[in-house]
Amino acid sequence: MNEKKIDNTRRNLIVATSAVAGAAGVGVAIPFAWSWWPSERAKAAGAPVEADISSIAPGELAVVEWRGKPVWIMRRTKEMLEAVKKVDDKVTDPKSEVPLQPEYAKNEYRSIKPEFLVLIGICTHLGCSPQQKSADAKGEMGADWAGGFLCPCHGSKFDLAGRVYKGAPAPVNLEVPPHSYVSDGTILIGDDRKGA
Amino acid sequence: MASRLMALWDWFDSRMPSVGDEFRKHMAEYYAPKNFNFWYFFGALSILVLAIQIVSGIFLTMNYKPDAALAFGSVEYIMRDVPGGWVIRYIHSTGASAFFVVVYLHMFRGLLYGSYKQPRELVWIFGVLIYLTLMAEAFMGYLLPWGQMSYWGAQVIVNLFGTIPFIGPDLALWIRGDYVVSDATLNRFFALHVIALPLVLLGLVVAHLLALHDVGSNNPDGIEIKKHKGPDGHPVDGIPFHPYYTVKDLMGAVVFLAIFCVVMFFMPELGGYFLEHNNFIPADPLKTPEHIAPVWYFTPYYSILRAVPPLFNSQFPGVLAMGIATLILFFLPWLDRSPVKSIRYRGPYYKGALAIFVVAFLLLGYLGVKPTTVWGQFSDPADLLDTKDVATWVARVCTILYFLFFLLMPWYSRRDKVLPVPERVTH
Repeated sequence: MNEKKIDNTRRNLIVATSAVAGAAGVGVAIPFAWSWWPSERAKAAGAPVEADISSIAPGELAVVEWRGKPVWIMRRTKEMLEAVKKVDDKVTDPKSEVPLQPEYAKNEYRSIKPEFLVLIGICTHLGCSPQQKSADAKGEMGADWAGGFLCPCHGSKFDLAGRVYKGAPAPVNLEVPPHSYVSDGTILIGDDRKGA
Repeated sequence: MASRLMALWDWFDSRMPSVGDEFRKHMAEYYAPKNFNFWYFFGALSILVLAIQIVSGIFLTMNYKPDAALAFGSVEYIMRDVPGGWVIRYIHSTGASAFFVVVYLHMFRGLLYGSYKQPRELVWIFGVLIYLTLMAEAFMGYLLPWGQMSYWGAQVIVNLFGTIPFIGPDLALWIRGDYVVSDATLNRFFALHVIALPLVLLGLVVAHLLALHDVGSNNPDGIEIKKHKGPDGHPVDGIPFHPYYTVKDLMGAVVFLAIFCVVMFFMPELGGYFLEHNNFIPADPLKTPEHIAPVWYFTPYYSILRAVPPLFNSQFPGVLAMGIATLILFFLPWLDRSPVKSIRYRGPYYKGALAIFVVAFLLLGYLGVKPTTVWGQFSDPADLLDTKDVATWVARVCTILYFLFFLLMPWYSRRDKVLPVPERVTH
């Protein structure tokens, strides 16, 4: 290289045009990256679902569909909540350490209000849908059965908070979807934010 | 006739001399060390497999439908109804595994002979980039048949991104383009698999080869042949790549293709390792397979992921460990402080470390295809860091050994008792 004096005017022009071209490049990339967000159709199909819970009788289970999955809403009685406490030593994860529920449902009853349990009704083993077995089903479920759910496919048992019993093929508790109360009688499944 | 052809070539050459120039520069007058051995087949074979994958892939796209409702059926259509379709598909599926076989052996060659060391750092870095791109390419290709393992494997891998603190859930959503792996995910993975990543791969291969041809090839003695040049200006220990190594590599290709054909025609699923059994069941978002395992070439890293216990109820530490395990490869040229390149002149420290590394890597790979209960449980009633599974503990030890190979390298490679390196290549 022969020695040449750097012409600062030209150098500055090169730096400036490169910076502008770089910024334009980033700008052009934005619409492409943007196109990866869920489309309006996907958003509509995955929108939160509102459910009326005032008509659920105590001890009853209502099922609503959200993002193609069955979501259970169960109104638990005092006895049922007592039953949850009683089986703490029989379930794998009594304190819900595995994050299968939002933070606000990480408690004894795995719910915002103890009365209403909201669960995704799909077995965490192989995705079958478990069936409700009330405490009256002792004949089928054993003398100390306190009520809960039984997966018909491989016999996983869950208690009335969706916690899996020890020795079941399912590794973890049933999942609690994000949800919130719009009013006392209505919940919104799929959205944490109130009134969203 | 011959003179007619020569005249035609002259006509062409006088108008576009760069074709001849490049051929001489990279083939006929590229001087490669004359002592290449068995391990030097796998670079050329990688290019062969790349070509096989591109050609077979182009023909698969002619009948494949990237649509969640049609994808599985279109693959079965290729297998049953398209004339020769089953051959094309088995070429592509066997080629995917073969690609990783030759690339892993090619990388191991680099470890044996110190091919990543100065002045070949850039060759190595482009190589690692090729390896990472290849992993992305293979992962996205695996979703396309839309079988159970395609679907749930993708679900698991995309959810790994979801464990990244703060941005994770949004990032996973952005990658999927939906709340679950769906048609949108399949479509974009198809686009990336057939267009974007192959282009990146080709560009990186060109960069890898240009960087290699600028500095010259390493050899089993790990010495620079350019130090001794004859009166003609060419290295005395070098021979032109063409015809000497083209002929040698052709022989390697024949043996390789023979093995390739045996697998392709007689055992295309290779006992569930090349094509997993669960993938012959259509994807079902409501039904998780009992045991989700990635294809064999990902399993060492999958084992590392599973070996790291969750911290603060988050799988992220495992994801981080898996990420670092691949990215640490970039730093190899600077971690190795040995004055010699080849294993032939290294001392017992490096030889021992490399042997332990290979055993740990293979064990991790084996454990990654098995459930963690494969070797039973410790009888001790206490949970050792969340698990009693023997296999998980073996994987943890192997994970530590994997990292120690790299992290302690600056120490043991410098202290090693090295042998004197000869001036000229031996053979």
